[in-house]
Amino acid sequence: MKFLRDFLDKQKPHFVKGGRFEKLHSTFDAFETFLFVPDKTTHSGAHIRDAIDMKRTMIIVVIALIFPLIFGIWNVGYQHYLSQGMAYDFWPMFGFGLLKVLPVIVVSYVVGLGIEFAFAQSRHHEVNEGFLVSGMLIPMVMPPDVPLWMVALATAFAVIIGKEVFGGTGMNILNPALTARAFLFFAYPSEMSGDKVWIAEKADAFSGATPLGHLMVNESDKIPSAWDMFLGVIPGSIGETSTLAIALGALVLIITGIGSFRIMLSVVLGGLSMGWLFNLWGANAYMDIPAYYHLIMGGFAFGAVYMATDPVSAAQTARGKIFYGFLIGMIAVLIRVFNPAYPEGMMLSILLMNVFAPLIDHYVVQSNIKKRLRRAKVKVAVKS
Amino acid sequence: MSAVKQEKEPLFSSKNVKLLTSPLNMSNPITVQVLGICSALAVTAKMKPAFVMAISVIAVTALANFIISLMRNGIPPRIRIIVQLVVIALLVIVVDQFLKAFVYDVSKQLSVFVGLIITNCILMGRLEAFAMSNKPWPSLLDGLGNGFGYGMILLLVGFVRELFGSGTVWGFHVIPQSFYELGYKNNGFMILPPMALILIGIIIWIQRARNPQLIED
Repeated sequence: MKFLRDFLDKQKPHFVKGGRFEKLHSTFDAFETFLFVPDKTTHSGAHIRDAIDMKRTMIIVVIALIFPLIFGIWNVGYQHYLSQGMAYDFWPMFGFGLLKVLPVIVVSYVVGLGIEFAFAQSRHHEVNEGFLVSGMLIPMVMPPDVPLWMVALATAFAVIIGKEVFGGTGMNILNPALTARAFLFFAYPSEMSGDKVWIAEKADAFSGATPLGHLMVNESDKIPSAWDMFLGVIPGSIGETSTLAIALGALVLIITGIGSFRIMLSVVLGGLSMGWLFNLWGANAYMDIPAYYHLIMGGFAFGAVYMATDPVSAAQTARGKIFYGFLIGMIAVLIRVFNPAYPEGMMLSILLMNVFAPLIDHYVVQSNIKKRLRRAKVKVAVKS
Repeated sequence: MSAVKQEKEPLFSSKNVKLLTSPLNMSNPITVQVLGICSALAVTAKMKPAFVMAISVIAVTALANFIISLMRNGIPPRIRIIVQLVVIALLVIVVDQFLKAFVYDVSKQLSVFVGLIITNCILMGRLEAFAMSNKPWPSLLDGLGNGFGYGMILLLVGFVRELFGSGTVWGFHVIPQSFYELGYKNNGFMILPPMALILIGIIIWIQRARNPQLIED
């Protein structure tokens, strides 16, 4: 560690104002603070002093993402060999999955960080860490067979249009990773939906439809068992299939206090209550499936844990978070059951509620102000 | 009365030329005044309808500006809006009939949006802000300029959307077949109106980045 610190200290004069590489200041700064805890402290204003900063926050989310990622890599291989009718050990499957997933991750990070660095450089601000998480989330919501140039294009779109035009990390109104997915979903629907894309290099004879795909065409007898869907040995986007692995990640997020348990819980409750409502209605086979199936199919769990809890685009107030999450769950199930064009409603419902989050916060704050005013008035009335 | 005859302004004095050119850049009706957005989103999926739409709007703005300017001293101020609307509606109907007669297929594609030129904010904006208080000739130039400014953005957006959305320019395939064989695909999002909004946003972004005086607080 010492030699690294010495090396950085030696290079530092080149990057400060007046140095040789003054223009690359933010790049240097990014690497330095990535390696060492920065010695900068906040000088003005009232702040809660805490050891945690944005880099540590983001790293914890990345750690929480490792469970679904590892499982997803294995599952990509498992689904591939299953469709070919071959049985293999753990490692060949994992190896195949790694070959498929790693390039997507690399492309996402290279393109995204490249743009972030370019913007930081030209706008003279620090490189923000938000993309560490987005860059990991983007590959995990992609189908395993997605062409790499599409990943690059979607990442560029998400970072520039989803984030930088609003002012960079912390200013975006939409979740960047979901923006990337939505972009591909609308731009190249044949690569992002249907029953061809969810298994890497699938054998033609094998049905590759996801549980949601089966339900969409009223084949509710073909969906896998609840246990399989919970474990995640089903076709789907890379990181979303295993509810178990996602639950482990959720545990990490909740224990460390990084992810909001209010949002996660209310998304789940929203989805369940909409599912129950449909059970009561029971107009078709889709409405009759057990409500908890909605939690373990498709991207519901992944969205609830990693996407809806995005601290920037979610509602900020405690009570607002509950409304926000509940509506996400409800709308996701609503879109799934009612809209035949969109088998998965989680992405659209989270993006929709991202847009509404500030409105929800506004009304929560207003009602709080009103409540307190009323309390104050009552006291005055009693006194007089 | 003074006997000094007022010097006649030349037809293309620098002031008049400015009326024609400034809407192309610094006071562009779409990117700076942010008017006429709806039709810019609706008709720009392909270049051809965008071009026909641009021509129609140019014709209507120029003529409406000219006619209203001729009538400006006779219009009672309390009913000026309705008078302006009558003139615009008349011109739009003429344009619509003309398109139906000569370019029927494009007229079909544009469908309701030709009729909706009546509600295009650029028209009312220019009539109210310019034609009501200026002479016919500058008004005509102002109408032409604003029409060109509108048409320019329409064609630009239409070009990008058609190229990436359908792989064509003006209906001709320009992206070679070998690209598709390599795995290139047309971007379906380009065909959808939200992408037009994003493209116009990008144009506004670039323009304001180059002209900092346009940035408002």
